[in-house]
Amino acid sequence: MTRVMVELRRTAPAGSPLAASGTAGPRSVPHRPRLSARLAYLMQKVLKPNSANSRFGALVERSALARKLFTAAERASKERLFGCRMCGQCALPVTGYSCPMGCPKELRNGPCGGVGPDGGCEVYPDKRCVWVVGYERAASQGAAADLRRLQRPIDHRRWGESSWLNYWAGRDDDLWTTDDGLASPPPMGEVQ
Amino acid sequence: MSALRDRLAAGEFTITAELSPPRGASAAAMLGRAELLRGWVDAVNITDNQGSHVRLSSWAGAVAVQQSGIIEPIMQMTCRDRNRIALQSDLLGAGALGIENLLFMTGDHPKFGDHPGAKPVFDVDSTQLTWTARTLRDEGRLLSGKELNPAPRFFLGAVENPFAPPVEYRARRAAKKVAAGAEFMQTQYVFDVPVFTRWVTELGELGVLDRCAILAGVGVIRSARMLDFMASGKVPGVQIPEPVIRRLRGVSPEDVGAEGAKIAAEVIAAVREIPGVAGVHLLTAGYEKQTPELLRMAGVSGGRGGVVPPGDNTAGVSGGRGGVVPPEVSRAGVDRAPLVRTSDGD
Repeated sequence: MTRVMVELRRTAPAGSPLAASGTAGPRSVPHRPRLSARLAYLMQKVLKPNSANSRFGALVERSALARKLFTAAERASKERLFGCRMCGQCALPVTGYSCPMGCPKELRNGPCGGVGPDGGCEVYPDKRCVWVVGYERAASQGAAADLRRLQRPIDHRRWGESSWLNYWAGRDDDLWTTDDGLASPPPMGEVQ
Repeated sequence: MSALRDRLAAGEFTITAELSPPRGASAAAMLGRAELLRGWVDAVNITDNQGSHVRLSSWAGAVAVQQSGIIEPIMQMTCRDRNRIALQSDLLGAGALGIENLLFMTGDHPKFGDHPGAKPVFDVDSTQLTWTARTLRDEGRLLSGKELNPAPRFFLGAVENPFAPPVEYRARRAAKKVAAGAEFMQTQYVFDVPVFTRWVTELGELGVLDRCAILAGVGVIRSARMLDFMASGKVPGVQIPEPVIRRLRGVSPEDVGAEGAKIAAEVIAAVREIPGVAGVHLLTAGYEKQTPELLRMAGVSGGRGGVVPPGDNTAGVSGGRGGVVPPEVSRAGVDRAPLVRTSDGD
């Protein structure tokens, strides 16, 4: 018993990784996007759901192997570019292409109040807050209004899924509101 | 019935404070501290494991304070420790026991507390939690869509730190919480009145001030040691502007507390003049004995007749809460209290 208590009280060694709040992917640590805001918003034009990529997505989803390969490719590219953790419900198009799941509190509606005066993350002071970065990037592309949308809670069963396939199939449609919700109370909608 | 809601709706200058539950299985000491606030503040936040340190739950603390009849509680709820199932369940429990005033915040990361290895939950964020409570109340449904019978009555609160980057986004973030359902909002420590004024002005431009009452966070720097700590930049979410630091460094170390109280009284007086500010939230948990003195300095009377001590009426606030000034404002018990509030007010 004493031993257990000692174990519980032991503080983590300096520099050791903190536990991730999510259930898949690397830890929730702020990641500085490696793709410029301009290119990211250009990419949005290509990846936005349209009839072509919806058809392509449906094709990919017909084969388990194709789906697996496609998901692996998405993971590899987005992990490198955005520190993607594969929550499966990508918010990047409305967060200045700075991933909110890199926030140690996984906040999807903006920064917490603990951001340092220099814009540093409260939990990892040497990393910039993902929302400080996201706001700058969105504003630089004239998209700051995107950050006014209300983000709904994510579905934790989707970790590890391809968010592109979900996006193209319209399974993500209710992730956020269309505007700031101030004109009339936005419905929360059903969260399973 | 939330008297806090009624007072804010009536447009009366409102005072809230904080009470942190004890580390122990008795609420007696907390009720003793609540007694010191009786008649001086309109409602008191019962903190939710503040700074990620385990304390008696805010839920039980709020019920104890409510049942004592001393003061009206505001139950804080953070997103750190409970998922959407537990949060909704606790919201129903609060509703069943007549806890109407709720305050939602993200919560400090476990890293800063006494169980740094704990799993950070953050299943929903503070905006989503506010939205959830409004859904329970207004739609009479859970997030699953299942009907509630009956739906709870709530008065919904949120918090904001107008001083943390990105400062240009802070009013918008607050407006999101208002869209989600927040009806009152407490802020992090206000030392920088111009920045705070700009934030309130922006809220006015967004049209949310008539839907959400703003309570400015005010705290006292009580000692040179506390000044060093708070000015170090190591306290999440707290920023003290250079002129305030210079002013406090300009007095002898033993006078820092008195000067700090003077500054706090001046802040209360200043924010009272800002159109749209509904009151102040006193961040003086652990120092409840100082509260009457601070309010007196700021010109806030606790007496039913609203008597303001002569010469000190800097804020021009009238009382009416039936408060009695303790014979002496002592500093006893200071050692056990947390040094400062951290970013709980996320």
